[in-house]
Amino acid sequence: MNRLQLLGRWTAERMTVFVAGVVLVYMFLPIFFVGLMSFNDPTSRLAYEFQGFTWDNWRDPCSPVGMCDSLVSSLQIAFLATIGATILGTLVAFALIRHRFRGRAPTSLLIFLPMATPEVVMGSSLLALFSSAGLAGNLGFWSILVAHIMFCLSFVVVTVKARLAGLDFRYEQAAMDLYANEWQTFWRVTFPLVFPGILAAALLSFSLSFDDYIITNFNHGNTITFPMFVWGSAQRGIPPQVNVVGTTMFLIALLLVLSTGLLQRRRSR
Amino acid sequence: MSVADVGETLEGRTGKPPRKRARRSGWSTGYLLLLPGLLWLLVFFVAPTIQLAATSLYDSAGSLEAGYAMTWSFGNYLDALSTYREQFVRSLIYATTATGLALLLGYPLAYAIAFKAGRFKNLMLMLVIAPFFTSFLVRTLAWKSILADNGAVVETLKSVGILAPDGRLLATSVAVITGLTYNFLPFMVLPLYASLEKIDPRLLEAGKDLYANGFTAFRKITVPLSMPGVVAGTLLTFIPAAGDYINSELLGTPRQYMIGNVIDNTFLVQLNYPIAAACSVVLMVVVVVMVLLYVRRAGTEDLV
Repeated sequence: MNRLQLLGRWTAERMTVFVAGVVLVYMFLPIFFVGLMSFNDPTSRLAYEFQGFTWDNWRDPCSPVGMCDSLVSSLQIAFLATIGATILGTLVAFALIRHRFRGRAPTSLLIFLPMATPEVVMGSSLLALFSSAGLAGNLGFWSILVAHIMFCLSFVVVTVKARLAGLDFRYEQAAMDLYANEWQTFWRVTFPLVFPGILAAALLSFSLSFDDYIITNFNHGNTITFPMFVWGSAQRGIPPQVNVVGTTMFLIALLLVLSTGLLQRRRSR
Repeated sequence: MSVADVGETLEGRTGKPPRKRARRSGWSTGYLLLLPGLLWLLVFFVAPTIQLAATSLYDSAGSLEAGYAMTWSFGNYLDALSTYREQFVRSLIYATTATGLALLLGYPLAYAIAFKAGRFKNLMLMLVIAPFFTSFLVRTLAWKSILADNGAVVETLKSVGILAPDGRLLATSVAVITGLTYNFLPFMVLPLYASLEKIDPRLLEAGKDLYANGFTAFRKITVPLSMPGVVAGTLLTFIPAAGDYINSELLGTPRQYMIGNVIDNTFLVQLNYPIAAACSVVLMVVVVVMVLLYVRRAGTEDLV
């Protein structure tokens, strides 16, 4: 190998790491700004620049009218949608991996399609359905919930399915050989093994639901979720407290992810 | 939960089907498990889509209060396409550009995580998914601060001469595409990582033993083996980007509006359901056809 090749390889090795670093900075720049702007003391409502430092936004995060109410609605919806989608999706995943049934291909297609459909299409078609059923005036909490369970379901199915498919069937056979009945085998062996997948699916559902703006916007009635509040206030000037919520969410997520990582490491030890 | 699970999941859509397991129970249990989930999708996904298609054929002379008559007005589609051709084309251009950029940025990152990160692998994966958990809208609004007219980015570009002295980034296509690329980048990185991580390093060693240099080995071994990830990532980025209207609304102006803005506005402000529904159906058909063509060409048949 000559020098030129060595030099080429050296830069290539460093290049990927360097580019990867730049990309990570790109991904984190907005989060850094969200954190920064949470301490902003804006002089006018439409300011997007950092104008002065203050602790006030953190001391009184609920001061913008309606923001904390919208946060509560979002949390309620995300919580219920997560439970609904996780249960329905997990059942489907078990059926797909562990059971025989006719119509496997159309079933797979039906589960894939919501993930391949742009949100704006799903949101508008739900509105078309609700209004043709005469429900346009009664939209609200329930219609948002129904929609969120719908679009989270497919993500749960694929997540749980991936975990279930990677499961070694011999663990269950071993349990059965040791005289565990089907029920005991399921709850003592299968379920604990699949649980990380179910947990991942639930976390995914929660964040998808909590963060959804587009589908919600078509079906929200008078209920205001947190993304809807942010959208609405973006037209008038965004209160810096919104960034307090953004930063807090990020920190909670980071803590959650780090702690599951640590837990996993300890368990595998 | 491991972070890899999520990547695995995202890639799982186009990955290989699982091996069939031994079946313990009979047929009926399978149906019972499927029933609630599939029913939910039938009522709240399939039925609405059918209603959307029907709405797109209603007489557009009707109104929401008076009710619409079903007149099989295929003319709605011509109306929608001719009135909003610009936004349709723009959506495709923006989404394609953003997807291309995301692939360009995401591949080195996924590669570095899979092969160079060592013990920092899990930490880096966490960093990739961490932005997921901060509100999409709040993050997009942060770009407004980053790209602000007298912010550091604009000033730097001006001093280097890339941007004219009176130039701006906010309210331009650049801002919207930057936002789109940023927002959907994790959807690109995770499936790419999942497929790169599966590559057996011995294959690369074998390639080197056969006198392939680093680049040739990358081109002939790594790239082909990472294709499932490229396909999954491209789809996962393109689909939401084509229908998005948050970035164009918050970072652009009406001159950057995409078809999503049109659908939202026509449905919710103009209350012209038939034309709005026609736009929606066109978007869906374009996306589904592109997905099917792309998946078929790339050779991954099993979607779920």
